[in-house]
Amino acid sequence: MSKKIHVQTNINGSDIDLLCESRQSLLEVLRDVLNMTGTKEGCNDGNCGACSVIVDGRLIDSCLMLGVEAEGKQITTIEGVAYTDGLHPIQQAFLENAALQCGICTPGFIVAAKALLEEEPEADEARIRHWLAGNLCRCTGYDKIVRAVLDAGKTMTAQSKSES
Amino acid sequence: MAVTTVSTVEEKPKYKVVGTRPIRHDGLEKVTGQARYSADINLPGMLHGKVLRSPHAHAVIKSIDTSRALALPGVEAVMTSADLPQPSGRVADLGEGAMMNPKFLSNNTLASGKALYKGHAVAAVAAVSQHVAEEALSLIDVEYEVLPPVLNALDAMKEGAPILHERLFTADNPFVRPGGLRDDADPEGGSNVASRFVFEMGDLEKGFAEADVVVEREFRTKAVHQGYIEPHSATAMWNRDGHVTIWCSSQGQFAMRDQSALILDIPLSQIKVIPLEIGGGFGGKTLVYLEPVAAWLSKKTGRPVKVSMSRQEVFEGTGPTSGSFMKVKMGATKDGRITATTASLIYEAGAFPGSPINPGVQCMFGPYDIANGRVEGYDVVINTQKTAAYRAPGAPAAAYAAESVIDELAEKLNIDPIDFRVRNVAKEGTRRLTGPVFPKIGHLETLEAAKNHPHWNAPLEGPNRGRGIAAGFWFNGSGPSSATASVSQDGTVILVEGSPDIGGTRAAVAMQMAEVLGIPAEDVHPSVGDTDSIGFTSTTGGSSVAFKTGWASYEAAQDIKGQMIERVAYIWDVSAEDVELTHGVFHHKSDPELRFTFKELAGLLLETGGPIVGRAAVNPEGVGSAIAVHIADVEVDPETGKTEVLRYTALQDVGKAVHPSYVEGQIQGGAVQGIGWALNEEYFFDEEGRMTNSSFLDYRMPTSLDLPMIDTVLVEVPNPGHPFGVRGVGEVPIVPPMAAIANAIKAATGVRMTNLPMSPGEVLKSLWDDEEGKNAG
Repeated sequence: MSKKIHVQTNINGSDIDLLCESRQSLLEVLRDVLNMTGTKEGCNDGNCGACSVIVDGRLIDSCLMLGVEAEGKQITTIEGVAYTDGLHPIQQAFLENAALQCGICTPGFIVAAKALLEEEPEADEARIRHWLAGNLCRCTGYDKIVRAVLDAGKTMTAQSKSES
Repeated sequence: MAVTTVSTVEEKPKYKVVGTRPIRHDGLEKVTGQARYSADINLPGMLHGKVLRSPHAHAVIKSIDTSRALALPGVEAVMTSADLPQPSGRVADLGEGAMMNPKFLSNNTLASGKALYKGHAVAAVAAVSQHVAEEALSLIDVEYEVLPPVLNALDAMKEGAPILHERLFTADNPFVRPGGLRDDADPEGGSNVASRFVFEMGDLEKGFAEADVVVEREFRTKAVHQGYIEPHSATAMWNRDGHVTIWCSSQGQFAMRDQSALILDIPLSQIKVIPLEIGGGFGGKTLVYLEPVAAWLSKKTGRPVKVSMSRQEVFEGTGPTSGSFMKVKMGATKDGRITATTASLIYEAGAFPGSPINPGVQCMFGPYDIANGRVEGYDVVINTQKTAAYRAPGAPAAAYAAESVIDELAEKLNIDPIDFRVRNVAKEGTRRLTGPVFPKIGHLETLEAAKNHPHWNAPLEGPNRGRGIAAGFWFNGSGPSSATASVSQDGTVILVEGSPDIGGTRAAVAMQMAEVLGIPAEDVHPSVGDTDSIGFTSTTGGSSVAFKTGWASYEAAQDIKGQMIERVAYIWDVSAEDVELTHGVFHHKSDPELRFTFKELAGLLLETGGPIVGRAAVNPEGVGSAIAVHIADVEVDPETGKTEVLRYTALQDVGKAVHPSYVEGQIQGGAVQGIGWALNEEYFFDEEGRMTNSSFLDYRMPTSLDLPMIDTVLVEVPNPGHPFGVRGVGEVPIVPPMAAIANAIKAATGVRMTNLPMSPGEVLKSLWDDEEGKNAG
């Protein structure tokens, strides 16, 4: 067993110190070291998006990044999407649009949608389909997911207008 | 959303809850990452298991030396099939027709004697971490004597083909799917044909003589995987008293318990299976793979053991569905009446018997009334993964063949393809070729909805574009199911059911209870119980849950209702016959002053005689079959052969949609799995039988970018066999897409595609062949 390495990072707004092996992916660190199992493993080779997280504003597959690379980074996982007093509009839209069936891909889709809509809340269907093409869903055929993201975008646009 | 509900019933029953779209009860946990799936469990002191898999498609296992692996620091146990009792090859009934050959089930879990496919499990280790376990696998020394593999059914049926199972005999009973082994005294050699059977009706010779046009075609389809995003994972703790707890995700916690008990040879009452959330199954999570392995490793080490598969292991070690070879011949008169049909279906079972040949044969011509027909089925073993059920098992390939031929007949006779189907439509009272007579079914209504749909009537312009249509049939299943429900003092009801929820069935089941009790859907709190907490419930499969467990929920609600009416009568000191429950209010039939809301009464229960618990254990008959009709518009790129789906509409007789959003979701998801099967998905093997595309990069399932919106039309022809008219809805939508798209490609290019998938290369090849044929002609 290899020697563990000390990593200081920030996950969902909290500073975290952790120990991990140099060969462990960020996904393994989240799930096995920190017991944050909301981020899912579907393929472990960057092809399904179930392990999507946001690192310093960029959407990535956490199975393709080493845990030690989290040093000094700001990471958002599914556990950090909801507000303390309620769901994020994307989560609410997924519920209202019945945009999940088994739910295993849902955390990855919600994180991926967040990365898009925070930059482009008015993204249209074509843009959303292109952006989400790195996330596989086998249950829904994507129809209701795309509609949920469109709806969430509208809510977020309205919210930012009412705030400004 | 382009969703239409076509009701064919004039006086529709008025439901308060059934037919509405509440937010699903388990939704919040699933959008926040709190829901726990099979791999999300971490127990104190837990070890990690990994499975060593055969690198050869067919090989004798001469010896396994585990000593080097055991010597690696951090390795706690190593196991092989020698550690498992070897059960008999006699077929066992695990209840409700779930026929199993225990030997095959055990030997698929860990190979005994021979490895029968590349990826076949041969040994397993438990270690302190997954990485150490992986390292240990490379230290297990297996000596193989490599044998020639047989990789498709036609080769496997040839004289002199390598035989997988030396004692397998050819059964002729279509209902014994898993195959059987000869008695030891029987000297005859083995066969790769595990079963062969025929269904026949009417007078074929007369039927074909009456035909003006006859079409005959051959088809080939490849193995495809269910493609659930959650890999298999099982965690087990074997206590010192011999009781075992298994945490896993599956389509049936009771099936996992019973199969594990069979393989471990311990009483099933010693095993408790706790169902975690299931990240997709589609039929592929109905068999044990890891559960008995994790259990034995825990027994050996005294610690909990978790064993998880990688994606590659899921592709190589778990069930895809069968590849097939099919021949169809069908004749029709000038006025579009089918007079006779024959079909021969050869399904590849993989390494152990049990392809879905029987349902394939039963469903093939299901949508039609055909007087004269003969269908022959073969279940053939080959050196590939043991197949598992996949959504409407067996029906999609068969429908691809049948509906392609029907399309060709309609074209030759110059009859509109919907009109042609209407002229031959199966109705209430029609006898299927395989025997059963239809009760009320909405095929005609669904075809009429298609005919009137804007999609069917919209112009489709532009070069290389075409529109296709196809129908599909699935008989649907039922089975034993249990539910208990406790009334809480605050007026909510805690419902425990036994059906793992793959795609929103908690909501559909809870809503049927809420409807009976006249309370909001949100006031019923459903959960899926473990095998010690709820009565036996058969596997989530056969599109059965909203039907059978919905029924159990309905009956448990009736039980509660009866007990609460008695309690009201006791409180008011009146006869129970004078008390009614209407829309959640108990009232006296003649005294309007006497009334209790459900909630008020719930608050009084403890002080008026004690709690109320409703229960139901059912095994309902009255299954309503499912019919779907799909319309596809495609554009084929003549340069690349790539087919793009431009527009897609799926119409289906859904009986009564309990939660229409999740019914639409089932239809959309099934249609898209079918589109993937039609256009992209297949297992590629090299000559030695190694799968060469065992990742999501190379086994390409549809992404959001590949698809349009999938429009759905819910045609409601209530099933007379269910209190709310429910029919199973989940499986049939995967049946029509392959033929609908093949028929659309024919319309776009003039070329009929008879091999799946209709990948760019396959389409180009057909276009070029067609070109050459034309040039030559």
